[in-house]
Amino acid sequence: MVRKFEGLPRELIALRVARELEDGTYVNLGIGIPTLVSNWIEGRDIILQAEIGMLNTGPLAEGDNIDQDLINAGCQPVTELPGACYFSDFESISMIRGGFIDVAVLGSLQVSEKGDMAGWFNPERGFTGGVGNIGGSMDLAVGAKKVIIAMTHLTDKGDPKIVKECTYPLTAKGVVKLIMTDLAVIEVTPQGLLLKEVAPGVSAEDVQSVTYAKLIISPNLIEIGL
Amino acid sequence: MNKVFPGVDEAVADIPDGSSIAIGGFFTCGTPVPLIQALARQGAKNLTLICQQMGPGSEDINQLVLNKQIRKAICNYPFYRSATQGSKSPFEKAVRAGEIEVEVYPMGTFIEKLRAGGSGIAAFYTPTGTGTIVEKGKEKRVFNGREYLMETALKCDYAFVYAYQGDSMGNLTCRKTARNYNPEMAKAAKVTIAAVENLLKPGELNPDMVHIPGIYVQRVVKVARPQYVPSL
Repeated sequence: MVRKFEGLPRELIALRVARELEDGTYVNLGIGIPTLVSNWIEGRDIILQAEIGMLNTGPLAEGDNIDQDLINAGCQPVTELPGACYFSDFESISMIRGGFIDVAVLGSLQVSEKGDMAGWFNPERGFTGGVGNIGGSMDLAVGAKKVIIAMTHLTDKGDPKIVKECTYPLTAKGVVKLIMTDLAVIEVTPQGLLLKEVAPGVSAEDVQSVTYAKLIISPNLIEIGL
Repeated sequence: MNKVFPGVDEAVADIPDGSSIAIGGFFTCGTPVPLIQALARQGAKNLTLICQQMGPGSEDINQLVLNKQIRKAICNYPFYRSATQGSKSPFEKAVRAGEIEVEVYPMGTFIEKLRAGGSGIAAFYTPTGTGTIVEKGKEKRVFNGREYLMETALKCDYAFVYAYQGDSMGNLTCRKTARNYNPEMAKAAKVTIAAVENLLKPGELNPDMVHIPGIYVQRVVKVARPQYVPSL
């Protein structure tokens, strides 16, 4: 599929996600575009949880601030903010699966119109027998109160990631509430996918042309506000 | 009770072929690298490793693969994310060649299996993995209208753990995110070997700040602080 229009850069997808997060919440950010959300919440009353075992993770560490005993789940050196605490991975997943995380922002390879997500197993990596990198993704997907997917609308090869049914192995079924891409903001509703916002210069028809699932166009469709 | 061994080589010397070994650490962080290096020198074969990853962020494990010491790996994030890096990984080559068997669990299931194994629990029900290929072959039950999978406990022969501070009785205190899997792995093993950066005398460790009680730890060995730059 050839796309004829430009979407938002990754940083601005992250900014739109940051706008969606409410103050007073505990949030876990996955690897990739979700990690970039941390650049836009400085000064906000949002506590980031890192599944390695930390609450109130600060910005990425640089230079002399790098501490090899302090990383996030993406193996990036990070800093701690006042009020941070550390715990075991067991405790960390208890928080996640136990329903204490308000929002998980995750990437995905595919999302279906029913809110299924497939993000852990890339068939192009060529492993058989269902082995791949699950990490904390399945626990976050079933445990967080709200799952937001932040991803590019299309794969690098130009294939739509928003589909009727996921063809890749699932991370979890029916968990996704909101999809934020470079082209659109889409809510998963019982009736189907509701297109609520489009990127500047992109029409609802443009978004539908690169989306395999049928979109319901909101009567209140607006341009993505940044 | 003095559990201190003179060095890492002495601490791993008796590990027989066919052992199962849990290795703490989340990528680079809190990984008992000197014990992994000692195991490569020791040469035990036909091993089952229980650890987060097999190479990414902590490459010392590659030597065990190159030595053909590993039969099976039980992990939650075994492979490199990038196909380019993965293609160079000795572990991935061995998996594709069918030389090493891999079992993968979601992170929470992985650590809960070890916690259960160390706590006298035979099995547990988790919602994680329902409706995915993780549920294959597992009992499913509905509690309060929600589906759960039964997962069984995991025990092992040895655990290699890492601590910032520890005393000669095996009480351990970890630092920042280096705690990660280490406490539950210490419980799940018959013999836990702790690599400790700062070895203290009994009484010198704040008893309120012990993350791994000494009853779970059979051997303690002082190591120099490994130096690494966290990256994937």
